[in-house]
Amino acid sequence: MSTQIGESLLFELSRPGRCGVELPESDVPIVDLGILMPSADFREDLPLPEVAEPAVIRHYTHLSQRNYSIDSGFYPLGSCTMKYNPKINEEAARIQGFARLHPLIEDKHAQGALQVLFEMQQMLAEIGGMDSCSLQPAAGAHGELLGLMLIKAYHADNGNGEIKDTILVPDAAHGTNPASAARCGYKTIAVKSNARGRVDLDHLKSLVNERVAGIMLTNPNTLGLFEDHIDEIAALVHGVGGLLYCDGANMNALVGRARPGDMGFDVMHYNLHKTFSTPHGGGGPGSGPVAVKKHLAPYLPSPMVVQGDDGTYSLDHDRPKSVGKLATYWGSFMAILRAYVYIRYYGSNKLAQIAENAVLNANYIRVSLQNTLDVAYNELCMHECIFSARKQQRAHGTKAYDIAKRLMDYGYHPPTIYFPLIVPEALMIEPTETENRETLDAFVEAMQSILREAEESPELLTSAPTTTPVRRLDEATAARQPCLRWSCDVDIDEPAGAAA
Amino acid sequence: MAYIANTSDDQAEMLAAMSLTSIDDLFTQIPRDDQFKGTLNIPQAMDQISLGKYMARLAGKNADAESFPCFLGAGIYDHYVPPTVGAILGRSEFYTSYTPYQPEVSQGVLQSIYEFQTLISELFAMDMANASMYDASSGLAEAAIMAADLTKRNKVVAIGGLNPAHHSVLETYLSHLDLEIADVPLRDGVADLDALTTAVDGGVAAVLVQHPNFLGNLEDLTAISGIAHSAGALLVQVADPISLGLLQPPGFYGADIAVGEGQSLGCTMGYGGPLLGLFACKREFMRRLPGRIVGETKDIEGKRAFVMTLRTREQDIRREKATSNICTNVALYALAGTVYLATMGKTGLRKVAELSAQKAHYAASEIGKLAGYSLSNPKASFFKEFAIDTPVDVAKINDALWDSGIVGGYKLADRQMLVAVTETRTREEIDRFVSVLKAVGN
Repeated sequence: MSTQIGESLLFELSRPGRCGVELPESDVPIVDLGILMPSADFREDLPLPEVAEPAVIRHYTHLSQRNYSIDSGFYPLGSCTMKYNPKINEEAARIQGFARLHPLIEDKHAQGALQVLFEMQQMLAEIGGMDSCSLQPAAGAHGELLGLMLIKAYHADNGNGEIKDTILVPDAAHGTNPASAARCGYKTIAVKSNARGRVDLDHLKSLVNERVAGIMLTNPNTLGLFEDHIDEIAALVHGVGGLLYCDGANMNALVGRARPGDMGFDVMHYNLHKTFSTPHGGGGPGSGPVAVKKHLAPYLPSPMVVQGDDGTYSLDHDRPKSVGKLATYWGSFMAILRAYVYIRYYGSNKLAQIAENAVLNANYIRVSLQNTLDVAYNELCMHECIFSARKQQRAHGTKAYDIAKRLMDYGYHPPTIYFPLIVPEALMIEPTETENRETLDAFVEAMQSILREAEESPELLTSAPTTTPVRRLDEATAARQPCLRWSCDVDIDEPAGAAA
Repeated sequence: MAYIANTSDDQAEMLAAMSLTSIDDLFTQIPRDDQFKGTLNIPQAMDQISLGKYMARLAGKNADAESFPCFLGAGIYDHYVPPTVGAILGRSEFYTSYTPYQPEVSQGVLQSIYEFQTLISELFAMDMANASMYDASSGLAEAAIMAADLTKRNKVVAIGGLNPAHHSVLETYLSHLDLEIADVPLRDGVADLDALTTAVDGGVAAVLVQHPNFLGNLEDLTAISGIAHSAGALLVQVADPISLGLLQPPGFYGADIAVGEGQSLGCTMGYGGPLLGLFACKREFMRRLPGRIVGETKDIEGKRAFVMTLRTREQDIRREKATSNICTNVALYALAGTVYLATMGKTGLRKVAELSAQKAHYAASEIGKLAGYSLSNPKASFFKEFAIDTPVDVAKINDALWDSGIVGGYKLADRQMLVAVTETRTREEIDRFVSVLKAVGN
């Protein structure tokens, strides 16, 4: 990565009169716009930068060089499934027939795109052991919101809309789970984890009653462990008429080897940008399709893609029980398209190799590191394993945070840290199936070296990183005196954490 | 496998290192009955050569705007995308990176988001913008929820010129939060100000207005802003960012929250997704904003640096009390918007807006000369899109246009069409469009 000192902001490159584009002169007769648009208020000042094309390209190329990426190195970021993004997916997405297709074009002129959507509805339902699937949600959290809306619609339709006002969420869950439940108007109650890192069944039993609309479970959970009492959990929740929601963030552990629908889940979401290799893009776009069992299918958003008797595909807007629309159009088509190419590449006969190698790689790291760093729950893990640096913190004052920062000096992106919240000094490592053994071995060696440094010269950790484009940041001032745009005229002195 | 390096030898050695003998041993924590033993009912694997050809064949069944001049808009537009956008978005240092939670190795993405926030703030003339929402629909819904939260009122007034798809998504979101929508109709293609005045009372959290509206027409934002603010309601404006190259921005009218569909800013139409939700607001709402925000700070050596900030609003910290449940946004598309605006700059964006307006008005004027056709709202001013009443069914016209290799407009009613004209349409294409209308109208 480029460590050159300072990088100008785009606005600092601007000089009056420059422009990065050559547009045509008007080929229609020019009429004064004030005559054409008599009621318009015209803008005088357009405060945008003025930069010629070479400087635009050089500027953003420089920025790209100040950024870590999966194409440049290992990204062991637990819970995020940073796998390789195959280039054939990108090639497909560049074809004009997909990239420049208007969403409102008549169905007969979009048969290729509709076929992709239709087959994805089917394939994602099948892979999850479900019956139907909506592709509309734009991300995992959006999928959660939809899933909860479906649960709510189901209960309302069955006359239980008033009484069922609570969603159970394990304490190890992603923050989006309770936030999505709140957005859907639900109360949430946290379910404790037990000493085995699974849902505490006794606690769950004490919480399950007629008010429970459903439970949101991540399986395998955020500790990388399979909820092996899933059948009992399902029986308990279904017993009071509640439904089971599967947060599919960790589907990379299961594809082809196990299906949420077979374990009693009624509804689930996928993160196509995790399990199915679509690029994260520095924070998005994602895609969060929601698959459901038959009893929830009537409530899925409108439209769905259907296939007629003549084999043609169309958008079906006639869905009287639907919860409505979740996205402006049909979902993150360009992400869905990439995931489609990925699933067609693996196919029914090879898809399980994803989960098999993801789980193999995670366990290989767990076993290779277990004598160096404490494993939070040391048993066979699924696609990720969680370590705790509490011992190192107590002995040498080096926190998980410091280990993470030191890894950057070794050329790695840090693992997820301090999540899940129930593991002190957590380091969550998810290698994914696309890393080879040499990479895993080298990473393990780097971790071992860092942990030796923690004993011998802990300041190497607490002052890390030193080789990155910038070093540790003053994040407190950034939050206390936010400067959120270049002109810096938004500069308010407020106590930190004053959010309502 | 091309994307999985482990050979069977690798697997055997790795399993041996953990005292296991088979891959099945790795899955023993899944109860036997919960393991999938069958064959998935999906097609078998494909090699890369066949897969590439197959995808090209599927793409060939779609009518793309590259091959067919497009007069379809209604929220998504075929604006020119300068080549800088593809060049930068194709850099895998950007597209294969994760959310910039680790700022020391993510300055590229963080700085680009900071630039994006600045550009959108300037374009909208608002104090601040966030790092993006999924699309304008979710942005509008979040704005309504935020307004209700800020004003402690539980009703929003939606002016009939909102994009109906945005309105549908708004309904979906609000229906789960006991928030009510009161709809105010259009009159002569713009907001009925008398009806609006009646609808906006002390219980209204916000007035939601799109300008230019769904029919392409310009609203009287000064009047609408006055009606909203005099009742203590917030003004939420949905703006077409291209129009802001020419027209006064939301900040000029005192908008409290401004949202927009940023697809026109260098993002592919991509069959409608992903899109780019723009979201900006006044500074006093800073700590109630949904979604990610990047701020400027310094590192320990005093170097300028960027970091995600005001994080206590977000779901991973605040959980059920977060300002929104949004996590993943559309960062890469925000980068497209950033590079687009950097490339276009002050003069380029204005020219895009002027060319679109000139060509749209030329088309409207030519269509207006045809027997049987007329502008639906002759009294209203419009920007780059306009509604026409047609003498025959829109479906019939669009079939005839298709036979001439043209993608026609959006069907508002059986005999009413919404026509969009951007700077990418040539006079020859417009004339061809008009001549087909003439022929089919006779």
